[in-house]
Amino acid sequence: MIDKLVYYFQFPFVIYAIIVGVLISLCSSLFGVTLVLRRFSFIGDGLSHVAFLGVAVAAVLNITDNMLIVMPVTVVCAVLVLCAGQNSKIKGDASMAVLSVGALAIGYLILNIFSPSANVSGDVCGTLFGSVSILTLKGYEVFLCVVVSAVVVLLFLMFYNRIFSVTFDEDFARATGVHAGVYNIVMAVVIAVIIVLGMKLVGSLLISALIIFPALSAMRLFNSYRSVTMFSAAFSVVCSITGIIAALLTGAPVGSAVVAADIVGFAVCAAGGAIAKRI
Amino acid sequence: MAQIICENLTLGYDGKTILSGLNLSIEKGDYLCIVGDNGSGKTTFMKTLLGLLTPVSGKIITCDGLESVQIGYLPQQTQIQRDFPASVYEIVLSGCLNKARGLFYSKDLRQRAYDNMRKVAIGELAKKSYRQLSGGQQQRVLLARALCAADKMLLLDEPASGLDPAAAQEMYSVISSLNKDSMTIIMITHDMAAVKKYATHVLHIGSDVFFGEKAEYISKYGIQGEGL
Repeated sequence: MIDKLVYYFQFPFVIYAIIVGVLISLCSSLFGVTLVLRRFSFIGDGLSHVAFLGVAVAAVLNITDNMLIVMPVTVVCAVLVLCAGQNSKIKGDASMAVLSVGALAIGYLILNIFSPSANVSGDVCGTLFGSVSILTLKGYEVFLCVVVSAVVVLLFLMFYNRIFSVTFDEDFARATGVHAGVYNIVMAVVIAVIIVLGMKLVGSLLISALIIFPALSAMRLFNSYRSVTMFSAAFSVVCSITGIIAALLTGAPVGSAVVAADIVGFAVCAAGGAIAKRI
Repeated sequence: MAQIICENLTLGYDGKTILSGLNLSIEKGDYLCIVGDNGSGKTTFMKTLLGLLTPVSGKIITCDGLESVQIGYLPQQTQIQRDFPASVYEIVLSGCLNKARGLFYSKDLRQRAYDNMRKVAIGELAKKSYRQLSGGQQQRVLLARALCAADKMLLLDEPASGLDPAAAQEMYSVISSLNKDSMTIIMITHDMAAVKKYATHVLHIGSDVFFGEKAEYISKYGIQGEGL
């Protein structure tokens, strides 16, 4: 098994997959904590369906670099949902569900009707579950991912105190003269970017697992915001590496292997938390 | 000198009007208690003062150099907060955010957080997790956070709710000592004994609206506050 791994690691695409996997899982777990605590867990899911719609549109328009379409569309939707969501007539979770299912359906519809590709179901499956894309990354995509992740982590560290304050009590922050609205928009943009990046790793149906599981697992074991954040980042990175390696060894699809690793990790943390409570 | 003047203020949210024609002025060092039935608009009034809701019509004028970064706020607890994984220190420190100049908290602000925790007697809880505290302790954490933010004015939305009588008395005496240090207090409460003991002014919101000094309120309504 070790021999097999050593052999695999000679290929650049394996190294790329590990690098991108670590970075994406790191970014998603950092912002996942605040999404889960603000009861926005489902936003990852909804936005990833919007991103799927973006992919479909890009495919139909024959745009090779679909990031050009997917990224702006997702960012705009994220800003709309996170910032206007609380005041709209349709309440948060329902509006998200509408957006999510709507985007998925329309995306699949236009792909089927207009797609120039011969293998529509293969394309769709790849986009939804990220089955192959992580192993076919090119050098510049990895570079892009590294740059974006660095920016995301930097933003998180810079605004750590503000993110905490707005997450714990947005009203208080606004009432005492903190510009919560600005941080909401920054957060919405960052989350959209993370989701679009994350689609490469686990595909659009599974990306919310990367956002939710690390945060939930950390909250089972830790009691301060700082320790929850740090543990969820470590948890996410370890699970992603485990998942990718397991997928390489067994030939399983990378996305679902990573999510399965997250689920196992969550179960361990939940059990650990329950035992710690008893003691 | 007045810090806040409300002129012909009409309040509401989601397009509904709750209260109209409100005129009052709050002076530096006042202790204003807001009383009235549930759903009469007390919290709406407070949120409008804080700028969280926009008034339907009328004006709120802030004077005497009062800025929102000098105001502390103790909101009612939300469901999200009750099981929030954060330490007491992290939460109290977040009250200093409006005073942070750079991206991080300076040594002075961290000291300010510790001072305020001591002031409300939760100094030894600093490393404890918020979600493991009792309701009364949680309320004090939020008070300490509000104190970190407050320089001139403190707004409290039912600070004693969910507290046992002894804890409530302690809460009121902390607030009262702040008021003696010339902090303006605006407090929503159902506790008439506290109104009688501490308030300088009373705002009664309900079918009839009253604003004035406490003595006038007591002589007009009696301390049981008919219709309360």
